[in-house]
Amino acid sequence: MKAFRILGRNVRDSFKSVFRNFSLSLASISCITITLIVVAVSIVLTLNVNNFTSLIEKDVTIVAFLKTDITEEEIDKLYDEIIALDNIEKENVVFKDKMDISKEMMAESETFRSIMQNWSREESPIQDTYQIKVTDINLIHKTADDLRKIDNIDVVKYGEGMVEELVKVFDVIRKVSIAIVVSLILVTAFLIANTIKIAIMSRKKEIEIMRLVGASNINIKLPFMFEGLILGILGSIIPIIITVYGYTALYNHFDGQLFTQFIKLIHPGAFIYLVSLVLLAIGMIVGMFGSYRAVRKYLKI
Amino acid sequence: MDIIRMKNVKKTYKTGTTAIYDLDLNIKKGEFVFVIGSTGCGKSTLIKMLYREEKPTSGKILVGGLDVGKIRNGKVYKLRRKIGVVFQDYQLLQNSTAYENVAFALEVLGLPKSEIHPKVMKVLDLVGLKNKAKQYPNHLSGGEQQRVAIARAIVNGPKILICDEPTGNLDPKTSMEIMEVLEAINKLGTTIIMVTHDIDIVEKLKKRVVLLDSGRIVKDYKEGEYKK
Repeated sequence: MKAFRILGRNVRDSFKSVFRNFSLSLASISCITITLIVVAVSIVLTLNVNNFTSLIEKDVTIVAFLKTDITEEEIDKLYDEIIALDNIEKENVVFKDKMDISKEMMAESETFRSIMQNWSREESPIQDTYQIKVTDINLIHKTADDLRKIDNIDVVKYGEGMVEELVKVFDVIRKVSIAIVVSLILVTAFLIANTIKIAIMSRKKEIEIMRLVGASNINIKLPFMFEGLILGILGSIIPIIITVYGYTALYNHFDGQLFTQFIKLIHPGAFIYLVSLVLLAIGMIVGMFGSYRAVRKYLKI
Repeated sequence: MDIIRMKNVKKTYKTGTTAIYDLDLNIKKGEFVFVIGSTGCGKSTLIKMLYREEKPTSGKILVGGLDVGKIRNGKVYKLRRKIGVVFQDYQLLQNSTAYENVAFALEVLGLPKSEIHPKVMKVLDLVGLKNKAKQYPNHLSGGEQQRVAIARAIVNGPKILICDEPTGNLDPKTSMEIMEVLEAINKLGTTIIMVTHDIDIVEKLKKRVVLLDSGRIVKDYKEGEYKK
């Protein structure tokens, strides 16, 4: 009962002092707002980069060209052999008949059409294929080699060399962008904590009086921590609004893809709420611990 | 019975200055003691150690049974709840009314409102500020602010009241009014230790007087012995 009363008083006092020290509160809130906007932008960018790079990686397909004299039975048997290999996405092993491939090619270009339209199944130099996706793109080279060892497969292609380069570049991009986000969050934490520290410095006397009349340390820290929490929540409102409405507007404006269909944006749905939650959490935690650290300084005598 | 015992107390600051040398002082329950001496004689250090704003370098200080030198930082509040402290500059929360300032000392103890209200009104009445409860400190005179500070110091019924030059900022007439309040509190059984520069007050009140010089007690006058 007593503990609840003290807690209630702390919460009440925290709200009071947010308003009583309005100019300082405003300074802290603005600092939190601005830094969190920067963090929000960088999180959105990073997650989108991660998203589209992995989408592109997922799109990489191995094409296995089958020998021309292959029979229907052998094609079915070959399927079993392929999915028995490691690193194969079983639901993404697709057989393509050579006549279908011709049709696609003819639909794409007039030149192909004029050449290919009279080819019969027997005359066509085009080969039947299996289009195969892998689960781990880093092992694609080995998987391609495994496929080459299978009897009825003639040639295996997947953009060798280029895919490896792409994977490497994407890996660097992802690592760098995550490092940027992490360091931005750290800088943000530092900035917010410092602003709060300065705000609390002006209330040194208040803390001394609290100590003087016999407030226990935790009783002194709690209202300030609640206050930091409130500042953190207030400071994250605008960044959250920007994330939710801004990103949705951006997504709709670009129709879900940036410049080309290869760069797909993450669908706003759950994503914006996740980012909002992260922002709120950063605001709250940093606000609270910033205050905690600042007050603690005055409690050591 | 001694409510305060200081034995062989020595205080050397980090800067190397020694403010108090081998000090022995016992104060009985219910006593009113003035501590006087020139600036820099160690008066402030002496009473700061009583409410553990400073720690003694060596020696033992017992205040109301608590060994002050051994209280950990996080437990200082236990001592502070047993004593009241009044300063020259009042140390009031400027954003809170007289009532709120006094009530604050009870709120931190977790008392319910229903208990806080009568206690606060009682002490405000005792210091003569019942009708100024809703005023903010900057609307009160110096004497009135000091009364609020005294009310805050005694509201939870401490056994000891420590006053660090409580009349230092006040004119002689107001100072005497404050002294009357302190005497009234003393009569109710609270032990009072007061550091002061105001020799007139000391002479007029005829209480025990401890004279400090260069960190040592040079004279301990019994009640009524002290003359200018």
